[in-house]
Amino acid sequence: MEQPIRVLVAKPGLDGHDRGAKVVAAALRDAGMEVIYGGLHQTPEAIVQMAVQEDVDAVGLSILSGAHMTLFPKVKEHLNRAGAESILLTGGGIISAGDMDKLEKLGVGQLFGPGSRLADLVDYIEKEVARRRTATRSA
Amino acid sequence: MTELASLDEQELVVRLRRGDQRACARLMTWAERNDPRFAVQHRAFCDELGVAQRIGITGPPGAGKSTLVEGLASHWRESDDRKIGVVAVDPTSPFTGGALLGDRVRMSRLVLDPGVFIRSMATRGVFGGLARATDDLADVLDLFGCHSIMVETVGVGQSEVDIARSCDLTLVVLHPGGGDTIQAMKAGLMEVADIYVVNKADMPGVDRLVQELFDVLELREIPEDQQPPILTAVASTGQGVPELAEAIDGMVRDRRDSGRQAERRQDNLERRIRRLVDGRLRHEVWQARGLSDLLHQRLAEGGKLSAYELADEVLDQYQQAAGHPANLLGNISQTDPEDSP
Ligand SMILES: Nc1nc2c(ncn2[C@@H]2O[C@H](COP(=O)(O)OP(=O)(O)OP(=O)(O)O)[C@@H](O)[C@H]2O)c(=O)[nH]1
Ligand SMILES: [Mg+2]
Repeated sequence: MEQPIRVLVAKPGLDGHDRGAKVVAAALRDAGMEVIYGGLHQTPEAIVQMAVQEDVDAVGLSILSGAHMTLFPKVKEHLNRAGAESILLTGGGIISAGDMDKLEKLGVGQLFGPGSRLADLVDYIEKEVARRRTATRSA
Repeated sequence: MTELASLDEQELVVRLRRGDQRACARLMTWAERNDPRFAVQHRAFCDELGVAQRIGITGPPGAGKSTLVEGLASHWRESDDRKIGVVAVDPTSPFTGGALLGDRVRMSRLVLDPGVFIRSMATRGVFGGLARATDDLADVLDLFGCHSIMVETVGVGQSEVDIARSCDLTLVVLHPGGGDTIQAMKAGLMEVADIYVVNKADMPGVDRLVQELFDVLELREIPEDQQPPILTAVASTGQGVPELAEAIDGMVRDRRDSGRQAERRQDNLERRIRRLVDGRLRHEVWQARGLSDLLHQRLAEGGKLSAYELADEVLDQYQQAAGHPANLLGNISQTDPEDSP
């Protein structure tokens, strides 16, 4: 039997509202995933610590503050340092195509800008986690 | 660091003993997935288990269970630096198989403390307030060196009382805004409490709730010295938490010294073994022997059928396929329904 995908959804940084993150969390749950909701104002260190203890397949970050160019790389760096580079890092926010490219080069997964559909995010996580699970199994 | 997937199981446990959180987390994942490697390792380390005190925390939704877990953990970290493990269980949706595990939001103060390990888990189709592998996860935390392990159940309705059978001591957390809490408790929650916590003591209605509790307890006519204590707290500010921590530690100590803890652990172990056997038999009947398919086939044929007739048919088929003596099947159908997850 296929095991449920486990995802940590969190909102790093200082901006106040977590509606976006909650909507994403609910959509992933409705798609059959186990969503660990990490809440607001999390530091990159805290996010990675949670991801490690929960042994998640993916981390989804909602960043609306415009700080994505510092926060995504920091989380990625801490994931690598913790030996958890196989965890998919994805998310969304107000992010330009150029920034998305730069982040992808750092090993961050696909990101979803304004106007993207939740169904695309769900799809992406399902496919990418399946791919990574097969890759580690045959390693 | 090396990828975990490339490690064999012994290496994983070696790393866990060294305090590697990732290894600890992965062993838990194996347990949750019913990976046979977990059972192999469990046999090897089981004689090291039983060091930690296991505290169950149950009560209606929103009573403040998670907030209280955070408060107790912070208190113990400061008072005697003990290592803390937390397992927080939330329900899986029966429709989508998904789950929203939200207890961590109230425990964010603990995240960066290396002496605290928190794991969220979904019930994955099991009713009773816990998941199939909750005891396994607590075992892993025990092996990891946690001194106190707190298990938060799903916010209960009335019948989710499995927690009492998986821990040394159960806290039932109530709050004044909980509606007809006491009413619900008469139906089961009442029997499992070792300590009552009336939380949100900063809200109106606390005195009344405490009084109601006393009244209900009186009806049970338990000897005075065995009445579960009732403590009040404001989990969100920490008020009453040191007293609660002390009550828990004291009760654990008394029960260890009097032998009651050993007795209870023995009972819990028996139930756990029965659950494992039930689960394997169920798998054997429905999946391994393909009898699920047989049942679907028979149902698809239509017509009016007695449920009893079909149940007999399924068990007959199982018996033939398995070549088991008839009395084994007799035992299956007589399984105490209470013990089935
Ligand atoms: N006024 C007041 N609010 C509290 C207290 N303790 C917790 N809360 C609040 O009550 C709400 C629920 O608290 P949780 O700790 O999430 O309750 P829970 O029992 O874990 O909830 P579920 O896991 O969803 O069943 C939160 O908004 C808390 O901040 C308290 O002592 N007083
Ligand atoms: Mg909770």
